[in-house]
Amino acid sequence: MSNRLATGGRIDRTRPLTFTFNGTRFTGFEGDTHASALLASGVTLTARGFKYHRPRGIVSAGVEEPSSLVELMGDDASGNNAITTVQLSHGLVAKSVNCWPSPQFDLGALNQLISRLIPAGFYYKTFKWPSWHFFEPTIRRAAGLANAPASAPSTGHFETRNAHVDILVAGAGPAGLAAALVAGRSGARVILADEATEAGGSILNRNLEIDGKPALEWVTKIVAELADMPNVIHLQSSTVWAYREHNLLCINERSPNHKTVLERNWRVRAKRVIIATGAIERALVFSNNDRPGTMLASAIQTYVNRYAVLPGKLVVLFTNNDSAYSVAADILAAGGQVKAIVDSRNSVSQLVLDRASGVEVISGHVVSDVAGRSRVKSVTVTSRDGGSERSIDCDLLGYSGGWNPTVHLFSQSRGTLKFDATLATFLPEKAAQACICAGASSGEMTLSDALQDGLIKAAEAVKSVGFKAKALQDLAVQNSSYTVTPLWRVESSAKGKAFLDFQNDVTVSDVQLAMREGYSNVEHVKRYTTGGMGIDQGKTGNINIIGTVAMEQNVILADVGTTTFRSPYTPVSFGAINGLREGSVILPYRHTPITKWNHENGGFMYESGARWRRPGYFPREGESFQDSVNRECLTVRNDVGCYDGSPLGKFELKGPNVGEFLDLIYTNIMSNLVPGKGRYGMMLTDDGLILDDGVALRLDEHRWLISTSTGHVDAIHQHMEKVLQFDQPHWNVMITNVTSQWNNVTICGPNARKILEKFVTNIDLSPDAFPFMEFRDGTFADMPARIVRVSFTGELSFEVNVAPRHLRNLWDKVMAAGASFNIAPIGSEANHVLRVEKGFLSLGHEVDGTVDAYDLGLSWIMSKKKSDYIGKRSVDLRRAGNKVRRELVGLLSDDPNCQIPEGAPLTPSGKKQATEGLVTACVWSVVNNRWIALALLENGHARRGEAAHVRLQNSVIPAQITAPVFYDPDGKILRS
Amino acid sequence: MLLIDCPFCGERNETEYVYGGPVSVDRPDPTAVNDDEWIDYLTMVPNPVGPTHERWWHAKGCGDWFTLWRDTATHDIVKGLDK
Repeated sequence: MSNRLATGGRIDRTRPLTFTFNGTRFTGFEGDTHASALLASGVTLTARGFKYHRPRGIVSAGVEEPSSLVELMGDDASGNNAITTVQLSHGLVAKSVNCWPSPQFDLGALNQLISRLIPAGFYYKTFKWPSWHFFEPTIRRAAGLANAPASAPSTGHFETRNAHVDILVAGAGPAGLAAALVAGRSGARVILADEATEAGGSILNRNLEIDGKPALEWVTKIVAELADMPNVIHLQSSTVWAYREHNLLCINERSPNHKTVLERNWRVRAKRVIIATGAIERALVFSNNDRPGTMLASAIQTYVNRYAVLPGKLVVLFTNNDSAYSVAADILAAGGQVKAIVDSRNSVSQLVLDRASGVEVISGHVVSDVAGRSRVKSVTVTSRDGGSERSIDCDLLGYSGGWNPTVHLFSQSRGTLKFDATLATFLPEKAAQACICAGASSGEMTLSDALQDGLIKAAEAVKSVGFKAKALQDLAVQNSSYTVTPLWRVESSAKGKAFLDFQNDVTVSDVQLAMREGYSNVEHVKRYTTGGMGIDQGKTGNINIIGTVAMEQNVILADVGTTTFRSPYTPVSFGAINGLREGSVILPYRHTPITKWNHENGGFMYESGARWRRPGYFPREGESFQDSVNRECLTVRNDVGCYDGSPLGKFELKGPNVGEFLDLIYTNIMSNLVPGKGRYGMMLTDDGLILDDGVALRLDEHRWLISTSTGHVDAIHQHMEKVLQFDQPHWNVMITNVTSQWNNVTICGPNARKILEKFVTNIDLSPDAFPFMEFRDGTFADMPARIVRVSFTGELSFEVNVAPRHLRNLWDKVMAAGASFNIAPIGSEANHVLRVEKGFLSLGHEVDGTVDAYDLGLSWIMSKKKSDYIGKRSVDLRRAGNKVRRELVGLLSDDPNCQIPEGAPLTPSGKKQATEGLVTACVWSVVNNRWIALALLENGHARRGEAAHVRLQNSVIPAQITAPVFYDPDGKILRS
Repeated sequence: MLLIDCPFCGERNETEYVYGGPVSVDRPDPTAVNDDEWIDYLTMVPNPVGPTHERWWHAKGCGDWFTLWRDTATHDIVKGLDK
């Protein structure tokens, strides 16, 4: 390891780790990142650019990394990780994305030969003929990132957690730790979350002192005190990644201390938020600023202090602000050589110069070019006025364009930003929610200022949530300063590409191109060039884009503004967001007590609305699908069948005004229904469309039971409550959803009554005593039951309603008694056929959102006596125009064995022209021994007996228009 | 995720509620308005930028329908404007 320093760093030298990068094995230590271990091993070329495939290296030491992404393989597989954020583990296998076969020799580099043809937005103007889709796959393959992992992790799971706190502190640097200490000591409930593996923030990366001792000792002391406080939760490796409405924030905990939890996502509702997220260094923009061996100056400092790595021996630093001077000092202390500090400012204060005594400082100059392709060899230094020029050999260039407060969370909370000319950056201005920024994220750029700010802001926050802040003793911190003169880009005669966004290969000339094309708004520039749209979200370069736009337009940065900050702040795995909410946890199926019987008896299960699992059919040995359905239909028509009708929606309504209420929501009159009887009704929405249909039973004078279709239960409940609470608050009606409280077995067929006679002793079942559309309360084999004569199949039918605990027993008894009558269970497929034979309407088939009751041949259900009911006015209004209506008809194909596809269009004479209707259902009818269909057809009622034509893509099916009923048209059977 | 104050249950997460649209005019007597007025009632809903009076249903709680004022630009729930 040629670049590893002999001592120092936060690494554990007693625990070496081996890892593989692009097929080569390396060694690092516990505590290294993938990046620091590679730099320690002398690796500089780690990546290739997205579009031009230029050689690239490591630019930062943190989440702001814009240059090197790696794909992790094996059990930890995941794509597109910034190399600086991957914690080294033993046996890690990683490879660079977007280069093949390796970063050293990448065929994609051929793109550089045509680079003039592929600037930003080239795909808006080129590769158009014959069609973009011809080129798209190749272009996408040439500019791709890593694939998603092929499978989920083999062990462990993800989790989500909700929390409520008084104060959430985002960031455990100096300001955040100070704030958490004040908040914790006051007794408030606190969560402190920080994205790094250990607390300390910038203190981990620099040589700082508090109270005359290394600042890290102060960090250790605070962390220990916080750990002892029961009211404080301290999370590391945990990024606060989203700030949502009403102080709801999300934290991605990436290393929960748990055997089986891989990652955890916290959703925290905080009374107050303290954003102590620090600041991120920004890049400088000059020709060939992307060469391997060039990186942020503070990154060099971090690698030296935190990881004991010196990434180069001959260093040049290029800066426009004070912070690079302490970097120089740390490099010297580590045994490196700083050949020069190139400072774009004309004069630098002596106090600052003294920090790096002995180093040549070239003020009033800039680095205008970089030589070297796979590693920097030298830099060209020119004076600001372009006069003098010299070349300096080096193997490492560190640049610092100044510091940006990390305002992302503040901005996500809709806080406004203001450009500050002194710091040459955007600062938080006005908060929109209960939060405050502290420390460098608020513009307090020195350690003493940051600590102080953390204490003050925390005291305010503590007071605002009703606790008392105890005074803390003052900390002695060395004085330091931070001044900066903005340099948005270097203007020189150098011809190389100057990158504003490394990840998406966006150069200064791309931004200039966008503006020439007329995209002058910063949001448009971002989208046209894709600058700032990579995984790093432009953390190091966006402000330079804004600066470039300002320079081109000759305005100040405040007038250009920033683009919108959006969550996540850094990438979050979908697993963490999901937690355990997948599959049957988030979408459980609903079952009845018969589910087990269905499984044991071969029922083929469907989901049939509102997550209910119901059998479609019960195939027997050797049967095809159609055989099963035919057999079940014949059984019902000739013998007896049964099915579990429990999922049907049911509501019980009680009160003196139920009658009036039902008269309002149904189209027909309900209030005159006699107790003991039922009535089929239809509900509309106020704009005249069919909402639902079902049978209502009157239990007694003030008590009703209405049924709704299975899939609409919640919608009807919402509708009824809204009408009652908003439109009719003076009516006394109580509604209870009893869908799950009443289960039923429906027995249908000519022998249905015979089965009931075996078990029901206290009800007169004869047709005169118990007619159709009535119900009786009694017992069925000693089980209390409500028996309703209602028929969905058109056969003699009894719906036996019992409490759920009796349902299985009821079913078993019915099946046993039915054996002598050849009973069979029937599924939804057979039910569908039987309904089509009777022309009973089905929501979603015949009721398609455009037809009304008149179109369906149900004009009797639209009461003429009521002056108003929900939907009446709108139905009349729609029909008043006398437009042609599509009406329900039956359709018999001329060839009885010809199946008409459901949904097929009907056209005049079968010509290829605008449709005049569509087929809503087509089934094989066993009783008619042919295919039968229902359709909605223009002027259908008047065209019975005429011919119609189904128009398929290449053929026509001629058919006859009939009444929409194919069995027992007078309903004699179901009233028997 | 909004935090909505139900009159019965107190502050609960938005996911417990169903949004019921802005508060509009009361349902007019359908027999007493002309076609244009009826269509306006059905289709023209208030849609301001700023505090909006709107209905919410506490579907996964007490089942109560209530109204509140929400600023459609900032999501702030503006208390105290209900008469």
